[in-house]
Amino acid sequence: MSGTFVGMPAFPKAAHEAVHNATLRGNLRHATHTIRSKRAKAVAEVSDWAALREAGKQIKDHTLRHLDDYLVQLEESVTAAGGIVHWAADADEANRIVVELVKMTGETEVVKVKSMATQEIGLNEALEAEGIHAYETDLAELIVQLGKDRPSHILVPAIHRNRGEIRDIFAREMSEWGRPAPEGLTDTPAELAEAARLHLREKFLRAKVGVSGANFMVAETGTLVVVESEGNGRMCLTLPETLISVVGIEKIVPTWQDLEVFLQTLPRSSTAERMNPYTSTWTGTRDGGAGEGDGPQTFHLVLLDNGRTDTLADEVGRQALRCIRCSACLNVCPVYERAGGHAYGSVYPGPIGAILSPQLRGTGSEIDASLPYASTLCGACYEVCPVAIDIPEVLVHLRERVAEGGQATRGGNRVVLKPAKGHAAERAAMRAARWAFSHPGALRTGQRLASRTRRFHPRTLPGPGRAWSETRDLPAVPAEPFRDWWQRTQGGKEAEAK
Amino acid sequence: MRVALFLTCVNDTLYPDTGRAVVKLLTRLGVDVDFPMGQTCCGQAHYNTGYRHEAEPLARHFSDVFGEYEAIVTPSGSCGAMVRELYPRMGERARAEGRGDTLAQTLAPVVPKTYELTEFLVDVLGVTDVGAYYPHTVTYHPTCHGLRSLGLGDRPRRLLQAVKGLELRELPGADECCGFGGTFAVKNSDVSAAMGADKVRNAESTGADVLCAADNSCLMHIGGTMGRLNTGMRPVHIAEILASTEEEPLV
Repeated sequence: MSGTFVGMPAFPKAAHEAVHNATLRGNLRHATHTIRSKRAKAVAEVSDWAALREAGKQIKDHTLRHLDDYLVQLEESVTAAGGIVHWAADADEANRIVVELVKMTGETEVVKVKSMATQEIGLNEALEAEGIHAYETDLAELIVQLGKDRPSHILVPAIHRNRGEIRDIFAREMSEWGRPAPEGLTDTPAELAEAARLHLREKFLRAKVGVSGANFMVAETGTLVVVESEGNGRMCLTLPETLISVVGIEKIVPTWQDLEVFLQTLPRSSTAERMNPYTSTWTGTRDGGAGEGDGPQTFHLVLLDNGRTDTLADEVGRQALRCIRCSACLNVCPVYERAGGHAYGSVYPGPIGAILSPQLRGTGSEIDASLPYASTLCGACYEVCPVAIDIPEVLVHLRERVAEGGQATRGGNRVVLKPAKGHAAERAAMRAARWAFSHPGALRTGQRLASRTRRFHPRTLPGPGRAWSETRDLPAVPAEPFRDWWQRTQGGKEAEAK
Repeated sequence: MRVALFLTCVNDTLYPDTGRAVVKLLTRLGVDVDFPMGQTCCGQAHYNTGYRHEAEPLARHFSDVFGEYEAIVTPSGSCGAMVRELYPRMGERARAEGRGDTLAQTLAPVVPKTYELTEFLVDVLGVTDVGAYYPHTVTYHPTCHGLRSLGLGDRPRRLLQAVKGLELRELPGADECCGFGGTFAVKNSDVSAAMGADKVRNAESTGADVLCAADNSCLMHIGGTMGRLNTGMRPVHIAEILASTEEEPLV
């Protein structure tokens, strides 16, 4: 993924600052709780939600099972419609392809509609290195870009910023990038939106090249679909002469009819809307390359793998590829709410990020090895997921990979992974506990020992337990474990007196 | 009816009062309770921390100890969910790994007859009024695995509402995790502590004397946080409330 996330510390360390930042926690709490309750209401309106959820899951699973066939069909359809398909195995290859395509146009500016795939590969940085400026046109993405910041939420990338901060960023940075912010800009939403609108309008009208992602790709017709709220996507998709769409290979659906399911579940799960304001679809070039009609004269589709085939090879983990990026799991996650999106070290934060990033990138780095543990396994994410990804199941599966190593697929090859560093003591403790629990007598001896020495137990713990006793009182060990009471009193039938 | 009490290793070691309460309650309701002395741990801590292979012998041990009983009752939504939801998964995984059906067959008998306490009372015994008396204001925290894995729904609250003298207060943000999560509380201590503190503040806002739940591990985390924040509220396991009567009230 993006070079900007390399060398991130482990999740607990990255979360430390956010947890102790009262403003940030307040912003996050307010935003996630608002979307959460709106979403619950929007979902409750649909009488067949459970059936839609199951249908979404089935369509995605079926497509993933036959992904090779559908990708070939998609390529044929796109080509027939006048588009050109490129295959990118990893981030470097995808960036190289896009940079070349932009260079061929002779342009040094591109407008972008929010695309997680291009963030994942660090496209903006790659373009910048070649002297090409990429302008984000989604309001939240614009805020993130102008603020030299990173996105922290799938749907609301600037969720960690408040209005005052946004005003300051606009006033300070807009002039560096194009049309400056109006004089005397205040922090009212209408003024901020207007400032962004004026700034962006200039970009839309000037740009000859657009870069997009896509929410879906329809194999039967080679059509791409973007679902958005602001209309910036439609501007990027229709105005430029050249359109380059960078899309993960898992975004395919076989037919238009399949969209029926997702166009109901996606808006309700993400923005709590019955229908999103803009759904744009595009198929190849204007009039199949004849130069008539609307849309781009040249259309390129870059199909991105970047760890997806490896993920698909994992029988438990592959369900992460069903994700339609609605962000419902982020908005209900109590861990995300406290830790914030940046702690996940990826463009995919929250519960889905905790299972997607360590699969796409592997579990080799400190941050990726810690992500499967960034959850209490409370299950709230699974409950709200519109395509029924059992996130807790995948988290535990990845914990096993981190703690004990095992087989995985990397770069298309089966490899045997060693356990991640720092788990030796835990592994030994788990083994010892298993031994004691396999021998009831040993357990009993341990319990008695704990009971008899209870007056000498420290109030705080050493080692890893210190983290517990810093903020919580330890439970007092009772004078007698239950099993001793049971035996002494014959299950409470005999007198209680010792 | 003769049932086995699966107390769980945490309750056995740290919360024997909960075990005594379950025995007292079930005996009062005419159930013949046995405590198989061979029982230890269901293996959840191992499984959920990523040591699935260490959990397997414990699951087999569980089946050996409890397999013969008509019903298995546990005062823990979390350990109940381990048996009911994750034992079948362990069997499936073993099969998928080419180790045959042995594990699945060993574990299968205990899965359908393992009940969380409130589930057993409402679904099997068919009671909601267990004749309890508890003159306190109580707020109920539905712990995650009981809520989402077992789907306990309103069973615990129905039982509490039928308790004489008890005033039930709604807990704001009730279905949000308290932040315990087993080893999560140690591995991600900052986030865990923040979640615990929010849970305790929500509980405090109800003005109740007691925070009740059906899992002592969550109560250990919430209670430990309450102690540190000097709230004056008490964490109490639901079994202890349901066992309390006018003749023998729980203080």
